[in-house]
Amino acid sequence: MKSEHLLPLFIALPLGAGFLIPLISLIREWLADVIAIITVSILVVFAMCRLSDGVIIYDVGGWTPPFGINLVEDGLSGLFHIIIAIVSFLIVIYSIGYMKRYTARSKYFCLLMLMIAGMNGVIASGDLFNIFVFLEIASISSYALVAFGIDREELEASFKYLVLGGLGSSFILFGIAFMYSITGTLNLADIARVLQRSGNSHMVQFISAMFIMGFGTKAALIPFHAWLPDAHPSAPAPISAMLSGLLIKALGVYCIIRIFFNVIGFNMSFSVVFIILGVLSMVIGALLAIGQHDFKRMLAYSSISQMGYIIFGLGLGNPLGIIGALFHLLNHAFFKSLLFLCSGAVEYATGTRDLRQLGGLWKKMPITSATCSIASMSISGIPPLGGFFSKLLIIIAAVQAYDTLGPTAYFLASVTVFVSFLTIVYFVKLQKMALFGALPEKLEKVHEVPASMWSVLIVLAAFCIAFGVMFPWFIGTLVEPAYQVMLETSEYIIKVLGSL
Amino acid sequence: MKGMTLIVKTITRLLLGFIFVFSVSIILFGHITPGGGFAGGVMLACVFILLVLAFGKKTALDIVSEKAISIWDSVGSLSFLEIALLGFFGGFFFKDFFSKGSPLKLFSGGTILWSNISIGIKVFASLFAAFMALAIFRVRRER
Repeated sequence: MKSEHLLPLFIALPLGAGFLIPLISLIREWLADVIAIITVSILVVFAMCRLSDGVIIYDVGGWTPPFGINLVEDGLSGLFHIIIAIVSFLIVIYSIGYMKRYTARSKYFCLLMLMIAGMNGVIASGDLFNIFVFLEIASISSYALVAFGIDREELEASFKYLVLGGLGSSFILFGIAFMYSITGTLNLADIARVLQRSGNSHMVQFISAMFIMGFGTKAALIPFHAWLPDAHPSAPAPISAMLSGLLIKALGVYCIIRIFFNVIGFNMSFSVVFIILGVLSMVIGALLAIGQHDFKRMLAYSSISQMGYIIFGLGLGNPLGIIGALFHLLNHAFFKSLLFLCSGAVEYATGTRDLRQLGGLWKKMPITSATCSIASMSISGIPPLGGFFSKLLIIIAAVQAYDTLGPTAYFLASVTVFVSFLTIVYFVKLQKMALFGALPEKLEKVHEVPASMWSVLIVLAAFCIAFGVMFPWFIGTLVEPAYQVMLETSEYIIKVLGSL
Repeated sequence: MKGMTLIVKTITRLLLGFIFVFSVSIILFGHITPGGGFAGGVMLACVFILLVLAFGKKTALDIVSEKAISIWDSVGSLSFLEIALLGFFGGFFFKDFFSKGSPLKLFSGGTILWSNISIGIKVFASLFAAFMALAIFRVRRER
């Protein structure tokens, strides 16, 4: 089969698995696990197969764009596809051990598969309305998954997430409607072509504001972040990892990149908005994280702060900034998933995630502690781990932005360094309170989590190290192709629409 | 006695069959007349919702149990995906591989009839499931 035909299967396979799981689990509950594992394994293989190919345009139903729906796979979507495939594969394996504490496993895997289908759909889709549809599939499954424990706190978090997520989605939908009204098309490449001819009108700026609000809510940028600190800690740990590691990137950052770089076209005014949003998220997220005593809540605020880095890097708009942002996104997907899975392991073993009740766990849970330390070092930017290089690239890019921003660039660079310092502060606090120090008496009987869980932690930690040690290779194979896509709007139009 | 008054029950008994047949016809003829899978599916769900309102939830659950609703829900979505996948093996995802038939006949319009049927099943099952979830499930009260 030609590799272009694999593209719709990225969506169809998890969607089919999502609907098959409730049926098949009526026979035996464990069959749900088997189907989930098979599906995500196939997705990993597909994502790997796609690595070497160039741009692929797939016409759904045989209808050519801009009239039909089309799926587009280029360097940018390839990067996201591979992140989603690998991280969700590991999360599914982790879930098998972790979810033993919950009932209704089949429903969990069903929703998880729908979420993966939604994220893959957003990334593969070549038109604005399908992006919205898949975004809603992924969001609605995540609302349900946040409330999976159905305790008071979880339901409240899920409701808050539902209301704010719904608000974000409405902004996106309004943006799409206005976009359709001024361009008469929904195909991304076709919109880009029409906008190139008509120029940047006030209406386009208004639509951009709507998209920034909508996708900014999905990406949890400050001031649209209020749902995240509640939603991410309340979900079961694998889902927190999925939400923080993948969902905010696939639904938020990816859409922002695709729309602002490939469709509307990036300019100075967007750059300023992105830098402001990025710096706000970085600084406020980090400051709020320092004060937290809940393991997962601290990680949730840290996610906001790291998303700030990514948006800030994109906003700088120079090559190093964009490459740094994309590389940080790749790093963050792995180290933040690892940290959330570690928090899940700690909660699994001790029954609490309150840092004040934890301590000295490295004696009892050596693997979890070691992997947690690796992830913390990577996110704090300690060489030679991946996070160091991505932060370094962003800081150098901020200094280089002197040409466009003037002396402000130096100020921004120092803020970035300062936030990096704050990140170290709260991760040292986390390490000290959870892993080191004295072991409380009631945690004497705690022991390491099952092998199905710790093996995933080790693999993710290995990725964190590999991103640092082999960073030129990862930038060359994964980040560089994505960066090339972002550079040229016209290239994207020509590739999708041909010489129309 | 569960449910509503005798008047409501009698009227419901008379109407149910008609609504049911009408909803099925809306689904089946969706591709040539106004309506379609979604509208027909909503009406089909309304048949059972009406049953619940007039006779109580037990009567409706005796006809379609919780488990059956869940099965229909998955079957509806899977059959829709199946249509897309059959097209996929015939060349493109969602390719219209069926014969187009002659216009204004029931078996015309390629895969649209079959898509409408699966959407009808899915919408019926999902809507009824959502309604029954509100009727059946109870949250444990905290003391």
